[in-house]
Amino acid sequence: MEVKKSNPGNTKRFSGLRHFFSGIPASGWLLAAFAAVLLEFYVGDPLTEILGLPKIPALFGIVIILKKPHLIPGAFAYVGLIYLLPIIIVAKITAPATNWVSEKLDRMPLWFSAILHLVLLYFVLEIWTDISDYRLLMLKLTLIAIMITLSLNIINGYMGEFSCSHPGFIALGAYVASVFTVGLFVNDRLLGHALLPQALGQFLFPIGLILGGLVAAVGALIVAIPSFRTRGDYLAIISLAFMFIVKSLIENLEVVGGPRGLGGQPDWATLPTVFVWAVLCVWTINNFVESTMGKALNAVRDEESAADAMTVNTRKTKMIAFMFGAFWAGVGGGLFAHVLRYVNPGTFGIKKLAEVLAMVYFGGLNSVFGSIVGAVSFNLLSEALRPLEIFKWIIIPVLLILVMIYRPTGLIAFKHFNVKKILRPRPGSKERV
Amino acid sequence: MTYFLQNVINALQWGSFYALIALGYSMVYSIMMLFNFAHGDIFMTGAYIGLGIATGLLAIVSSGVIALPGWLILVLTIIISMFITSLLGVLVERIGYRPLRNAPRASAAITGLMIGIILETGNLALLGAKRFSFPPLIMTKAYNISGVFVTNKKILVVLVSLTLMLALDLFVRKTKWGMAMRAMSYDFVVVPLMGVSIDVIAPMTFAIGSGLAAAGGVLYGVAYPVLDPYMGILIGWKAFVAAILGGRGSIMGAALAGFLLGFIEIFVTMIFPSTLRDLIAFSIVLVILTFRPHGFFGKPYSAKLRL
Repeated sequence: MEVKKSNPGNTKRFSGLRHFFSGIPASGWLLAAFAAVLLEFYVGDPLTEILGLPKIPALFGIVIILKKPHLIPGAFAYVGLIYLLPIIIVAKITAPATNWVSEKLDRMPLWFSAILHLVLLYFVLEIWTDISDYRLLMLKLTLIAIMITLSLNIINGYMGEFSCSHPGFIALGAYVASVFTVGLFVNDRLLGHALLPQALGQFLFPIGLILGGLVAAVGALIVAIPSFRTRGDYLAIISLAFMFIVKSLIENLEVVGGPRGLGGQPDWATLPTVFVWAVLCVWTINNFVESTMGKALNAVRDEESAADAMTVNTRKTKMIAFMFGAFWAGVGGGLFAHVLRYVNPGTFGIKKLAEVLAMVYFGGLNSVFGSIVGAVSFNLLSEALRPLEIFKWIIIPVLLILVMIYRPTGLIAFKHFNVKKILRPRPGSKERV
Repeated sequence: MTYFLQNVINALQWGSFYALIALGYSMVYSIMMLFNFAHGDIFMTGAYIGLGIATGLLAIVSSGVIALPGWLILVLTIIISMFITSLLGVLVERIGYRPLRNAPRASAAITGLMIGIILETGNLALLGAKRFSFPPLIMTKAYNISGVFVTNKKILVVLVSLTLMLALDLFVRKTKWGMAMRAMSYDFVVVPLMGVSIDVIAPMTFAIGSGLAAAGGVLYGVAYPVLDPYMGILIGWKAFVAAILGGRGSIMGAALAGFLLGFIEIFVTMIFPSTLRDLIAFSIVLVILTFRPHGFFGKPYSAKLRL
């Protein structure tokens, strides 16, 4: 696998646009987004009435554009007036101030600055999702998709194996966490009376998630140990068999509802919870892949025997990578079960596998940023194209095939996710002008 | 004993489908070193094309233009469906795999998966969510051989698939094209220098594999006459498992492992509840692969071949 050099013509072509936006730091964009969602929160409803829209467009008007062509001008005007114009204006006007703040923050410890940015991001999302429950659900599922995509990227991207077992890990996490919460805190037909008061559950919920992750990590050993001897296609089969076994096992466990599924999970996967877990996931995985361990993963991918000769303990590396990826997949699964408040084994089949693989390879291998982009764009696309009904599943695969043909390793592959660089002040434009 | 024999017959029929599909996986693998994940859906498309041809032929016959017996219609259906599906296979190779010949293999796997989804959804969009039933071309006759019931359809399925496998074996071993394919699977760096173009051999392999899958699809329609757009997914993945179990790129191994998987599945349901079928079948596969990581007939392979 080699990294494709980016086309130098590209930078030249968009240099004017780039120059216009280059002077705005991350905090500026966040502040502008904050202003936009506040604007929507207060004047969204009157504006939709003026523009003749039935209600506030949930997904930047894409759904409306596809469904009701006569509302296209209204939807465009809404998106322009609420999002595009305010964001650009606010970001541009506050650029000196936000740059100054960013510069001050740049000198402080990274965690402090990162947390400040994340709090701002959280408020943006919170206000954005306040408009409709649909947005809230979609955002939660997208955050979980980010976690799952990242965890698969450890195995498929950083370690270069083709593992198909991820739906199995997600299922394990989802079911273990569900059994934990439903069994302990809810009066359930299948799992009996609540053993602990429900008020306590909110605090013990993370334990359930971690438990789910740990069980998934132990399950990963079944895939990891054969991977010492084989690679590539045989590992694909072993992991595929693992996925089928987990699914079939759950279908045959009447205690957790068998093929009917398990429902009634308490509503504890709120936006703050999911957000915090997603941030934790991105943070730990980014640190993991930037560590010596992450370099060892890349070494195993590129040439296993050479890595072995260079004192990389390949068995330990593979085992840790599998278990670490499976842990986060399990946590994601636990959150997934509590967001939907119902799981059934049919969810964790080949369709899920195709979806997760698509997100990883769409976004880009070997890249945290790529996984985030892949998960977000895939989810956004599949929600936005929903009005097309069945044709959605023709357009998305065609897009993916095109991405694979023109960028075989995904959109943003082999990029470092450098938080400090993202949050840095960008006073560049001031000097040049 | 009769119960056992009865299940052997069932397993032979069930295994034929796996074997026919697994052959396609294995042949493509031996040439291109990658698995065509759209293959299960090519099987589905073959069944649907067969359905269309059978319905068309029956309409022609009933309009009185030409009189054809049922078995002839079936043979024509199989042959025409195989031909059209081969063209589809060539198309899949051209669109999904040729541009990615030098890309990482996982990328090609993703395109294969996506082409599979396009085929399923395209079918759903064209024909709707309605399930179609395959027209009964031949009357079911049951023979009772000392307590074992054998239907003529089961005999037909097994015989046709065995004939096709033998034909494939002869083709690969005796003809010039087959020799080119074998050479290509032996070494695809040097052989193209000897005047054998991979741009000819690869589409041909896809065509043959797709044709076999189409034959499997039509036979499946004869044996289990309800078709739905998602029927190829599970059977395709299981045939993929069979192809691996037989040893990558080994044609005989794929056929044998297909039958073996059929036997495992049928006999598991004979002893255990049928809900445990996948669980036990895949556990057995896992155990076999742990002890024979290269399948039955596969050679230990070095990762340097391609990546």
